[in-house]
Amino acid sequence: MNPEYTAGSLSGAFAALVRRDLLLAFRRRTELLFPVIFLLVVISLFPLGIGPSPQLLARIAPGVIWIAALLATVISLDALFRSDFEDGTLEQFVISGHPLTLIALAKIATHWLVAGLPIVLLSPLLALWMNLPLDSLSVLVVTLALGTPILSLIGSIGVGLTISLKRGGQLLSLLVFPLYVPILIIATAAVMAASDGLPYMQFLGLLIAGLITSVTLAPFAAAAALKISLS
Amino acid sequence: MNTQIGIKDKPRKNALVMFIHKLGSPPWFYDFSGKLIPWCWLIFGVLTVWGLYLGLVKAPADYLQGESFRIMYIHVPSAWMSMLIYTSMAVMGFIALVWRIRIMEVLAMSSAPVGAAFTLIALATGSLWGRPTWGTYWVWDARLTSELVLLFLYLGVMGLYSAIDEPRKAARAACLLALVGAVNLPIIHYSVKWWNTLHQGSSISLTGGSNIDPSMLWPLLIMAIAVKFYYAANLLTRARVRLLEQDLRKGWVQNVVREQKP
Amino acid sequence: MSHTPFIWAAYTVGTVVLLWCALAPLLRKKSAFRDIRRLIQIEERSGDSNP
Repeated sequence: MNPEYTAGSLSGAFAALVRRDLLLAFRRRTELLFPVIFLLVVISLFPLGIGPSPQLLARIAPGVIWIAALLATVISLDALFRSDFEDGTLEQFVISGHPLTLIALAKIATHWLVAGLPIVLLSPLLALWMNLPLDSLSVLVVTLALGTPILSLIGSIGVGLTISLKRGGQLLSLLVFPLYVPILIIATAAVMAASDGLPYMQFLGLLIAGLITSVTLAPFAAAAALKISLS
Repeated sequence: MNTQIGIKDKPRKNALVMFIHKLGSPPWFYDFSGKLIPWCWLIFGVLTVWGLYLGLVKAPADYLQGESFRIMYIHVPSAWMSMLIYTSMAVMGFIALVWRIRIMEVLAMSSAPVGAAFTLIALATGSLWGRPTWGTYWVWDARLTSELVLLFLYLGVMGLYSAIDEPRKAARAACLLALVGAVNLPIIHYSVKWWNTLHQGSSISLTGGSNIDPSMLWPLLIMAIAVKFYYAANLLTRARVRLLEQDLRKGWVQNVVREQKP
Repeated sequence: MSHTPFIWAAYTVGTVVLLWCALAPLLRKKSAFRDIRRLIQIEERSGDSNP
């Protein structure tokens, strides 16, 4: 690790880890685009499969966009720990004395920056394709901004559990989708309420509560999962 | 097992604590559960016959639903068990993770298939109940949707457990997953329930929501208790087999087989 | 529409699933016993004392 940060400070370790992971991710820039392309392709499949009727697309837009976000997140989750697991770096982290929870949090933060944030930024385009009414666009972006970190947080627990498996990625979706159900329900309810001109703040409040809860609890569970997988 | 040393040190130890210590020893657990299992089956059998007789033969047909309400006597207890077993699996998993007690790992993992079975029954019978009641085999009502998500949670635990090679590591991973699922379960339940009212306006209930007549209630309660004995019997059977498989080469297992009548 | 076939179907499903759930561990137990007996025979043949 970078000598500037070896003073043992928690924030130093956190920053160093995020910096390192972002550098690694940017070295393989083309791989960063895969979730983005996946998102675009999946969304465009819906009009192709269902028909281009604008009213129909508008009705299903919140759900479709959010489901595509879920799928894209799960696909990119496996990369969260895998390369570090495979070359032994993860074990070094465990031995290093830095709390594994912090390391998990740092990796989750990187994952969101690399996989979740693009979803948020891409959402206006997806909303346009799905003919989502303009007044609910801001609500969609907010739900994604609040929700995609939760997806990364909860997903990291699943990744921690399956990291030692060769085909962990396949099992990961089964493990993680039931846990994503509440987020999907609340986020899409918010956007649909906004489309109908109904109040939606209570849903956003629930998402904020979910985010706070996940940030505090999920890293511990992910660290525990990693400890089990590495044992 | 080393538990015997601790017991000799403190002769005045509480009988309950001693009992719990003994349960941690596989050969003792194997013997003890072997004696319990036949009784559990017996009670299950008696209660089931009695409950089904009251429910299927004696209870009069419902005014609104006709005969189809009788499916309730297998649907509702199964649904209740599916949730009870998940909770018990999560509790056992918690104990297994925190105190690293192997027998708890075995019991938790043995609970999963039983819970999944009950969830499957709840889904199938709920679907079959829905057809005469609402006209379709599947409806995304709160209960069926929750049961479906619960089935996925069970399959996840079972899948993770079977995917990892080393048995104790696999059990610990699956127990952690069960715990995470248990924490999420109330959230999932409420969000699905609320999603259902959100998208349908009126709430539809299989039991009609009205006050349930005592002649209908008794068989339900009897069946609800009966399935608990099924769970106990099946759980202990599965746990015993799992212990045999895991301790294949140990002395106590070979003694058990030697003492078996051929 | 008669409700009886649905009631029969429901209880059949329940019985089949519960029966299978109850019998599956017994099958595993039988094969476990077979494996253990084989192990015992191997050990007795090679003259090992009990571990």
